[in-house]
Amino acid sequence: MSELRNYTVNFGPQHPAAHGVLRLIMELDGEVITRLDPHIGLLHRATEKLAESKPYNQSIGYMDRLDYVSMMCNEHAYVLAIEKLLGITAPIRAQYIRVLFDELTRILNHLLWLGAHALDVGAMTVFLYTFREREDLMDCYEAVSGTRMHATYYRPGGVYRDLPDTMPQYKVSRWSDEKVTRDRNAARSGSLLGFIADFTERFPKLIDEYETLLTDNRIWKQRTVGIGVVSPERALNLGFTGPMLRGSGVAWDLRQSQPYAVYDRLSFNVAVGRNGDCYDRYLVRIQEMRESNCLMQHCIAWLRNNPGPVMADAPKVVPPKREVMKRDMEALIHHFKLFTEGYTVPEGEAYAAVEHPKGEFGVYLVSDGANKPYRVKIRAASYPHLAAMDEMCRGHMIADLVAMVSSIDVVFGEVDR
Amino acid sequence: MNDEALWAALSSAEGNAHLSRARDGMPTLEWLQPAGWLEAAALLKADPRFQFDLLLDVSGMDYHAYGQVEWRTEPATRSGFSRGVYESEQPYCASWNKPRFAVVYHFVSTVLNHRLRVRVFAENNDMPVVPSVFSIWNAANWYEREAFDLFGIHFEGHPDLRRLLTDYGFVGHPFRKDFPLIGEVELRYDAKEGRCVYEPVSIAPRTLVPKVIRMDNRYLPDEGVS
Repeated sequence: MSELRNYTVNFGPQHPAAHGVLRLIMELDGEVITRLDPHIGLLHRATEKLAESKPYNQSIGYMDRLDYVSMMCNEHAYVLAIEKLLGITAPIRAQYIRVLFDELTRILNHLLWLGAHALDVGAMTVFLYTFREREDLMDCYEAVSGTRMHATYYRPGGVYRDLPDTMPQYKVSRWSDEKVTRDRNAARSGSLLGFIADFTERFPKLIDEYETLLTDNRIWKQRTVGIGVVSPERALNLGFTGPMLRGSGVAWDLRQSQPYAVYDRLSFNVAVGRNGDCYDRYLVRIQEMRESNCLMQHCIAWLRNNPGPVMADAPKVVPPKREVMKRDMEALIHHFKLFTEGYTVPEGEAYAAVEHPKGEFGVYLVSDGANKPYRVKIRAASYPHLAAMDEMCRGHMIADLVAMVSSIDVVFGEVDR
Repeated sequence: MNDEALWAALSSAEGNAHLSRARDGMPTLEWLQPAGWLEAAALLKADPRFQFDLLLDVSGMDYHAYGQVEWRTEPATRSGFSRGVYESEQPYCASWNKPRFAVVYHFVSTVLNHRLRVRVFAENNDMPVVPSVFSIWNAANWYEREAFDLFGIHFEGHPDLRRLLTDYGFVGHPFRKDFPLIGEVELRYDAKEGRCVYEPVSIAPRTLVPKVIRMDNRYLPDEGVS
């Protein structure tokens, strides 16, 4: 009898299907995975320790760089935690703007996930489609904050500024003549809200477009149905949240169960799967995009009719306006102190969680009364999902591993922190 | 959230733990020594009044520098804070009379929709040990490995307590407050030896914004004084 032997194979950290720098040590029996040991930390930047060495506001930008495909949702959790410690709340308009951009970010995240997931499983076209739409949403980020990704738009006490009245427009160039440019600028003649409203009208049809490519596609189903099944009990025990938990059939969504910002004023449905496999998680995320689209429309309608302040009236925390500084000495002093030393936060601890596109994203802040946080702990949404890879993958083929890595929607900026 | 019911249940059930409400309003249970925590953990999951089925987060804590400042602002000063290379002198320490290391757990119940925070202190400052909750919540696996890696807290009963986030062969526990922000070693490629070599860091720590504790928060709306 010949000797039977398992192979140990290294996967990553540089691999096109590893979604960043994931290193997996796989023990294989033929093509079947018998054990999986993910090695993470290759992107570890000690964000938490860095944040502990800086005044509170200087770390908002770090939050963008955690999960770098859903930037503003990360900021939201961090800013909420600071607000809880300070005991201030953002004005209602700022909260609507936050919800609008949270949902926009959810679409942004799910679009990237959908494109990358389909690409990993072998469907090239979807990737090109989803990145076309992402471009429009990136423009919204840029219009409101000046940057396409790392916005630093949410601040303790509100948002950095109100929504702009104009959208940047394309110019005629060697690559786009006058007619093409006019078409590209068609939706950009009005305000940012008008541009987003135009997007939300177009978007449901575009989701249908992705679905015609995938949902009933025989190959897609063969690659995802019954792959990586997690039962609801196991999902809870393993600490799953977000679409991973809902895909397994547990209707748990922080936006409904523990609403923050203005989610309690908005109505929407929570998409829940049944089988807990890759296909159900796909369906859940597709449905979430449709729901997010509706939520954005609600927010746009409200924001159009309700002007108001977007920053809380808390001069010890919120920097003063430029024009006030020109005539008010006290405002000038506040500005100087806020930007050199920052504000001190009362002693205590706070945990703020948001329903991030990937699950529950939480920030745990401990303050000893100083201008810097004593401890920041970031609860990354996809961290426990990745930890469960071993259990999910045992008994599956290597080719399914790729489908599973992408179906848990892992981003290493957030897992490694 | 049926907050009062949870509060009443917690205060009746938890023997040697201290129950308080944190600044964010979340009920917080605190054990000054790990004894009794594991039994309580099993109860928190199984008891129909609690049903904390989801372990969200396990966070290591190091209270070594709690309340210490880099620049004292309460007495009048003649000079400002020098932003040069700076060694923290005469640190002011608020009285911290509890053990140095702790582990903070965050739970949520998806059935009853309430949250709980638990802080368990490790008794020994030189060799902090806390029992592992892996057998109750499997989600603790990587969280405990992370706390072990970054803080050097040992979890008794963890099946596979290895480093997780730091580099292969890393020495030290980087999130401890006495571990310098710039690290202890730097890595470069040595052309002569034809390999990467580790050397002690060639830069000095520099504090750009001093940590200060002020009573500014008396101006905040809920503090009452204006």
